[in-house]
Amino acid sequence: MNPFQIKEAPVVYDVAIVGSGAGGGMAAYMLAKAGAKVVLLEAGGYFDPADPKYITQLKWPYESPRRGANTTRPFGDFDAAWGGWQIDGEPYTAKTGTEFHWFRSRMLGGRTNHWGRISLRFGPDDFRRGSLTGVGDDWPITYDDVAPYYDRVDKLIGVFGSKEGLRNEPDGQFLPPPKPRLHELMIQKAAKGIGIPVIPSRLAILTKAINNERGQCFYCNQCGRGCQAYADFSASSVLCIPAIKTGNVTLINGAMCREVTTDSKTGLATGVSFVHTGTMQEHSVRAKTVMLGASACESARILLNSKSALHPNGLANSSGVVGKYLNDSTGASRGAFVPALMDRDRYNEDGVGGMHVFTPWWLDNKKLDFPRGYHIEYGGGMGMPGFGFGFGTENMNGKYPTANGTMKPAGGYGSGLKEDVRRFYGAYVHMAGRGEPVPLESNYCEIDPDKVDKYGIPTLRFNYKWSDYEVKQAKHMQDTFEEIFHAMGAIPMGNKPGPDTNHGYGLEAPGKIIHEVGTVRMGKDPNNSALNAYQQAHDCKNLFVVDAAPFVSQGDKNVTLTILANSMRTSEFVIDQVKKKNI
Amino acid sequence: MKRRDTLKALGFSGITFGLAVGPAEAGVPLPPDKKVPLKVPGGRQPFEAERDAKLHADKFFTPQELKTVTILSDIIIPADAKSGSATQAGVPAFIEFMMKDIPANQTPMRGGLAWLDNTCRKRYGKPFADCTRAQQIEMVDQIAYPQKAKKDMSQGVAFFNMMRNFVVCGFYTSKIGIEDLGYKGNTPNQWEGVPEPVLKKFGLSYS
Ligand SMILES: Cc1cc2nc3c(=O)[nH]c(=O)nc-3n(C[C@H](O)[C@H](O)[C@H](O)COP(=O)(O)OP(=O)(O)OC[C@H]3O[C@@H](n4cnc5c(N)ncnc54)[C@H](O)[C@@H]3O)c2cc1C
Ligand code: SF4
Repeated sequence: MNPFQIKEAPVVYDVAIVGSGAGGGMAAYMLAKAGAKVVLLEAGGYFDPADPKYITQLKWPYESPRRGANTTRPFGDFDAAWGGWQIDGEPYTAKTGTEFHWFRSRMLGGRTNHWGRISLRFGPDDFRRGSLTGVGDDWPITYDDVAPYYDRVDKLIGVFGSKEGLRNEPDGQFLPPPKPRLHELMIQKAAKGIGIPVIPSRLAILTKAINNERGQCFYCNQCGRGCQAYADFSASSVLCIPAIKTGNVTLINGAMCREVTTDSKTGLATGVSFVHTGTMQEHSVRAKTVMLGASACESARILLNSKSALHPNGLANSSGVVGKYLNDSTGASRGAFVPALMDRDRYNEDGVGGMHVFTPWWLDNKKLDFPRGYHIEYGGGMGMPGFGFGFGTENMNGKYPTANGTMKPAGGYGSGLKEDVRRFYGAYVHMAGRGEPVPLESNYCEIDPDKVDKYGIPTLRFNYKWSDYEVKQAKHMQDTFEEIFHAMGAIPMGNKPGPDTNHGYGLEAPGKIIHEVGTVRMGKDPNNSALNAYQQAHDCKNLFVVDAAPFVSQGDKNVTLTILANSMRTSEFVIDQVKKKNI
Repeated sequence: MKRRDTLKALGFSGITFGLAVGPAEAGVPLPPDKKVPLKVPGGRQPFEAERDAKLHADKFFTPQELKTVTILSDIIIPADAKSGSATQAGVPAFIEFMMKDIPANQTPMRGGLAWLDNTCRKRYGKPFADCTRAQQIEMVDQIAYPQKAKKDMSQGVAFFNMMRNFVVCGFYTSKIGIEDLGYKGNTPNQWEGVPEPVLKKFGLSYS
């Protein structure tokens, strides 16, 4: 047999979906439930958080020879992600003087198996930053367009939170939130005293059972490992596996999509070609509609690689906008030591797999020297020790007196050192700002002219630089962290990050916060956008993008809840259009 | 492989349009692996299991080095009234593994051990492991207190900091170390908030 022969399946599916994460998983779920015959192409392997083959939940650090160090997984041995910033054989590059870090998970459910579950709605203002501030662009849709879908997503996946009535931090259909931990109460009290709100967090975790398929949270603090009770939202357990159970989904794992194929006369999408990662064989599937949910940068890559006579710039790219306006959340953080928490009483304070309180954006940018806001995520407490625990004790134990009030020289050894470790355990807090950047045309990904991955698919080259806006925002974060630390009697660790720290005031490199969006933006005008308000390609009516690529802007919120709502909205549009025989 | 077989492998054969097949975990079977099959423990990817097996089979420390690491481990974390010692918690084996897992540790560790032996030879005429207990403690006291140490001990201080880090971490991530620390979690429970007496102590409340 000729190994180069392309294998073509004889069936024509109703829909081919590329990627099984938040966006692709939701589309598969919606369409399969509606009775469409779906082929779901996932580059990674099969994953089910409840299958012992994959479970890391409730393991102890000593069950890992490296005690959970992050040698092979960026977030440590027990994290659920198969992948990371670098994947063997799947390289990417950045133009000189610029930087972008691209996190990919190759598995059923994508990055939703180990995401932080922070589920914040974008508010009304977040859809119209352009007209409100004169910087950036408006979305072609408003909060009111998405709100009903947010409601349905909340009910489908389960999100806890509290009704606060904040205008640009809309309330959802919440399950009860868990009570704050001790350090969170301390933060809350201190911040309130200086006018900074701290409210219950909003996470996609079942503090109450919502159906018979999924259990209730049993408070192990390990959502990053994936939940065998399905008590947290992962696209694998909550969307893909139920979608497959309908009998309407053909899942193909190891299917690395190369391009969307199109008809040479009509220009319409005819299906998807892919390389099987296990056999390296070329295949193609045919479908009446194609939906891309391969993650923002990957969907742009697939489109740019889908060149044909009718689509010479790549598919859906007659405007030339595909790849542009790439943007990730800003991030800066700081830790502190809380002397009042030394020698704490011990009890189980694991709680859910994330913070129990957070700070939504609370200020007015008109009165500040940067145009967009940020929220603050809090950490701390008596967590399970892992690799790195106790490192640097010599920087602490010479600074604070022992329980009986005497000072000791820093460092040391012996039973006195053991006492120090016990004394300092659980006495730290951590704050991380996550902010909205201004999307810029000059920040983009493009096809690297001379590189391919191990499947022979041309790879991405990034070009990304923060602007002054983001640096000033990071400075404001650092000032705020110190204010709260001081108000609670905490002592910030290390030196305050200044203009030369990281990308300025501790600002993380682009991509590091893993909220990349914007590369196949939607808009009203086909001259400067790739997709319409239903995430449908202006140039190709049976092609849709359902991940974060269509986002016009980021919001000072995490993005995944909005990916889910938009994908649900687009899926219903597809069903409606099929019924009306428009596609 | 015939075309029909390929289609079957893909999970597409025998179906007419409108009748989709169920889950195809790996639509196309992987090529047969000729190596002796390795048992992949739960929660590991095959490449990780392979890598771990290889690292476990390799040896980093020489017997003499391991002796020194073992002595230092128990000086840093000895048994006390509350819990056992570093060696009882298997710390030397953990350090051995970490040297191979993160090779950047190898030179500072191996070099630090050599520095320690050299310094002991100069002072006591013997490598560290062969010194008397009193000499070992005298040596350790020179390098265990970063702010008090003499200038010519700075490399020793850096080495001891590294040793202390690995020993403390190895111990407190072991079963006996976790018990010593009093970490109470990693078990199904119902979170009801901070215990009342603790709230009182801090003058906090939920209302
Ligand atoms: C550690 C971590 C914490 C996070 N915390 C939060 C949080 O608290 N809140 C929040 O909102 N967001 C969070 N995120 C971000 C969140 O995970 C992503 O926004 C979300 O998963 C994106 O969904 P997606 O469907 O676009 O892509 P993904 O979830 O990445 O899924 C894409 C899927 O497509 C597959 N794929 C890619 N390329 C191809 C191809 N060529 N062919 C076939 N398949 C392909 C991939 O293998 C993957 O399975 C976090 C991310 C990480 C890593
Ligand atoms: S914290 Fe709750 S939802 Fe998260 S993994 Fe543990 S039990 Fe599951």
